[in-house]
Amino acid sequence: MKKYILDLEVVQNIRLHANYVLIKMTHAEPLPEMVPGQFAEIRIDGSPTTFLRRPISINYVDKSKNEVWFLVQLVGDGTRKLAMVEPGELVNVVLPLGNGYTLPQNPGAIKPLLVGGGVGTAPMLMLGSELSKMGCKPTFLLGARSSKDLLQLEDFQSLGEVYVTTEDGSMGEQGYVTQHSVLSAQRFDRIYTCGPKPMMMAVTKYAKANDIECEVSLENTMACGVGACLCCVENTDEGHLCVCKDGPVFNIKKLLWQI
Amino acid sequence: MADLSVNIGNLKLSNPVMTASGTFGYGKEFEDFVDLEKIGGIIVKGTTLHRREGNPYPRMAETPMGMLNAVGLQNKGVDYFISEIYPQIKDIRTNMIVNVSGSAIEDYVQTAEKINALDAIPAIELNISCPNVKQGGMAFGVTAKGASEVVKAVREVYKKTLIVKLSPNVTDITEIARAVEGAGADSVSLINTLLGMAIDAEKRRPVLSTITGGMSGAAVKPIALRMVWQVSKAVNIPVVGLGGIMNWKDAVEFLLAGATAVQIGTANFIDPTITVKVAEGIDDYLNRHGFTSVKDIIGGLIV
Repeated sequence: MKKYILDLEVVQNIRLHANYVLIKMTHAEPLPEMVPGQFAEIRIDGSPTTFLRRPISINYVDKSKNEVWFLVQLVGDGTRKLAMVEPGELVNVVLPLGNGYTLPQNPGAIKPLLVGGGVGTAPMLMLGSELSKMGCKPTFLLGARSSKDLLQLEDFQSLGEVYVTTEDGSMGEQGYVTQHSVLSAQRFDRIYTCGPKPMMMAVTKYAKANDIECEVSLENTMACGVGACLCCVENTDEGHLCVCKDGPVFNIKKLLWQI
Repeated sequence: MADLSVNIGNLKLSNPVMTASGTFGYGKEFEDFVDLEKIGGIIVKGTTLHRREGNPYPRMAETPMGMLNAVGLQNKGVDYFISEIYPQIKDIRTNMIVNVSGSAIEDYVQTAEKINALDAIPAIELNISCPNVKQGGMAFGVTAKGASEVVKAVREVYKKTLIVKLSPNVTDITEIARAVEGAGADSVSLINTLLGMAIDAEKRRPVLSTITGGMSGAAVKPIALRMVWQVSKAVNIPVVGLGGIMNWKDAVEFLLAGATAVQIGTANFIDPTITVKVAEGIDDYLNRHGFTSVKDIIGGLIV
């Protein structure tokens, strides 16, 4: 897919929680085609300690409003600076980058589970929406530290069944996503996941044990975002591949994770 | 519009802006963003005789106004380059230059010999300065004797323009530059990355899998500029300047310091169109100052 550098205009910047913002951006021209699982490299201006762009996954594309949404977790100086953008400001964005999740060939016959942890729930919203449009009803399993860390719950609930785990038990079942009872109560044909690596490894273990097709989205530290610098590599059955260009979504069969 | 063309040995560049090896892939990675033919030269990813997987992840650490990398020359080897990549890039109408690396003199020689046979590759950049490979690479580049030996050996088999990329991780870079000139290099490019290190205090561990890595980006520019100035006074062959160039003004500074051409590296990650913007900015600068050719400002520092 053709990649663009665009100065996008901030439409809204919503503080969802002390550590998360949802930034909605638009452009005078129609936004490029984007698929679930792809990401953008966002330039951060005015933060002296931030040299490189920040890779941020595409949370949602609202075609009717020509908007792209980014769910940003405030991790360091760069994301904190980004979180301060105001409506009307322009933000320099390179997108769409990487490959998205593999959508089912036979959507009506597939029962997918979308597992997101922390800010890793971000791409699951667009993915759930696309699946839903195809006639493939998504089930979401979302994990967080506590109820206040569960973001965009209403948006997820409008698309399909939502199951929740929290580490402190403040919402849903207490524990990690892979301990949720829905995993033993129901059978899924495909798993899509994004979140902290230990969570994705646990999901991968479950998928392998139950012989379920599974794709994970990785977020290795990256610089260029286009497969030029070879910094963000992951060990795969083909050797080192770039998460930015060959991923960020990988089928678990390609990965050499010791599980 | 001023005349932006410069020559490096027999190599003719339409403008003095090139891309630094390892930061621009094989060019194709950036074709959505920039007209590749408007770049004076594209130096592609470091190529070795045999396939290399490079170093384990993590390979990158962001630093204030810069970054460290420890990629370690990941590439699929020269034969793969010739059969799979060369056909895709040979018709790009600019100078496509291959960065050649190795860990033994014989590797450099064999790789250079194979690339010598490729019509659409008018030059190589010999990398004797990679800080991220255990044996060789930088080992050749840190002594005058080592640098001279590898350049002499390659010069015997490589007939086109031979640029040698120098390491800044030495006591006196002019000594190495003179040795390389004496061994038959047509040009020297500098600087490669500076050896650096990053630590994660919370984890009490190094950030990079290799502990140390090569530093690049805006933060290294003053060092690079100083070395380019010193080397251009010490040798008679053209100097290609690189290290922390983020905009046209940085590039002009390198030209004034004595560089005949410049390379842009890490800045490509922040602005994928920076190469063309720098070429345009140099042109504006020349027009504004009444120069008709970029050659008029090379080494034009008033001291």
